[in-house]
Amino acid sequence: MVTAVSVRGLRKVYGEVVAVDGLDFDVAPGAVMGLLGGNGAGKTTTIAMLLGLLEPTTGTIAILGTDMLRKRFAALPRMNFSSPYVDLPHRLTVRQNLTFYGRLYGVKPLGPRIAEIAEAMQVAAFLDRQTGKLSAGQKTRVALAKALINRPSVLLLDEPTASLDPDTADWVRGYLKAYQASTGATILLASHNMAEVERLCDDVILLQAGRVFERGSPTELIRRFGRDNMEEVFLDMARGRGRGLDSLRTGDAA
Amino acid sequence: MTGSLDRIFALVLRHIHLWRSSTMRLIDSIYWPAVQMVMWGFLSEFLAHQTSFVGQAFGILLSSLLLWEVVVRGNLSLSIAFLEEMWSRNLGHLFVSPIRSWEMASGIVIVALLRTLLGMVPVSLMAWAFFGYSIYTLGLPLLAFFAILQMFSWSIGLAMSGLVMRVGQSAESFAWAAVFILLPVSGVYYPVSVLPEWLQWVAACVPTSYVFDGMRSIMTDRLVRWDLMAIAVGLSALYLVAGFQVFQWFYRASRRHGTLLQQGE
Repeated sequence: MVTAVSVRGLRKVYGEVVAVDGLDFDVAPGAVMGLLGGNGAGKTTTIAMLLGLLEPTTGTIAILGTDMLRKRFAALPRMNFSSPYVDLPHRLTVRQNLTFYGRLYGVKPLGPRIAEIAEAMQVAAFLDRQTGKLSAGQKTRVALAKALINRPSVLLLDEPTASLDPDTADWVRGYLKAYQASTGATILLASHNMAEVERLCDDVILLQAGRVFERGSPTELIRRFGRDNMEEVFLDMARGRGRGLDSLRTGDAA
Repeated sequence: MTGSLDRIFALVLRHIHLWRSSTMRLIDSIYWPAVQMVMWGFLSEFLAHQTSFVGQAFGILLSSLLLWEVVVRGNLSLSIAFLEEMWSRNLGHLFVSPIRSWEMASGIVIVALLRTLLGMVPVSLMAWAFFGYSIYTLGLPLLAFFAILQMFSWSIGLAMSGLVMRVGQSAESFAWAAVFILLPVSGVYYPVSVLPEWLQWVAACVPTSYVFDGMRSIMTDRLVRWDLMAIAVGLSALYLVAGFQVFQWFYRASRRHGTLLQQGE
């Protein structure tokens, strides 16, 4: 079976700054993988390289078996992306934005798909409202509708629930879980919300200074670090401390 | 190919929706050419009563102005079409979609053409209404002039859009101003022969100089200089290819340096 995402020796250097330092990982089809790390750990850089927005200094990336450095346009129609740091055109209505991206991704028939995704994302009521006039929560749901318009096989999400109230955030997590279960899509998400990671992810990569610091399921990582939840695991990694971490570093805990 | 046409059409449609939602954007296309045309129109009328030369060549100033505005508006329209994506912080979504850089360039060229026409056609009609002067008396060569000037302005617009993509919005002023460096060597308001010899060599490398010489030839001697037109077409096509290559080069550099992720100053 072809791995959904395969990364080998991925490295990105800006002058003297090493942003990503030799990443190797695979993501199985249908997995939900979390990419965690503090600010500057290399999450955004890694996601940008996976999407083809950024050219690696060295290394290879294959998505759905396609070499992203040479043939990314063969894979891009089967991928999509959402981030609170990248907007949709504010002056366009929600329908116009979804139509625009639906056409770019070659979605056919587009009208029924927009109706379907608008219903699923609960944005149908304001399809004809300008995107810039929506609330933060509504904008996030529209951004997710755009990210799902082409029924992607690989979905990359950067902070999918940032700026959402707990109720909406919980609903979004539930929807993503259901989408993954019903389509078998692979989801790779970067998040600072550890509860979200525990709920959504089957597998987690902890990044530190551009390297894989640790990898495993949330349950495994919590056990290995000798902690009660992912929040504590994250703090241990970020602060270089913890019950399990000291022994882990000397190789006793693995 | 159908996929490419769909994506180009989507990009064009996206800008048409934008114009419909913001009439200020369209008014902006007409405002400056209209102000310029009125100002130069009155100046031409005044001079026409002062000297016999200008009296004979009535319309040259207005024609020059309107044709130069085609260059300025073409460049601005293309740059704005690209900058709209930066201003709306939408480039990230665009560049991870299946749209290729040549499709994006083609889309914004069509958008620029539409926007230039939306600006220039009303202004040319205003010149006729206010001053009784119709640039359409230039006849068929006007179409050729328009096409040459548009192609040339797109080449500058593509190169400048690439620069802004690579450097960020701090380079935005270049997108507006770059075209004006060519004004002195384009022979818009005077023949290229008045330039110092070394500048005449520079002028020989830009298609605009041939267009404005050709325009004067039609207006003063009633002679269509197809030889000048052919050189201008060839040069414009070369510049357009070069402009796209520069855009591509900046796009690749942006992907290497990560500036597609940081679209600010």
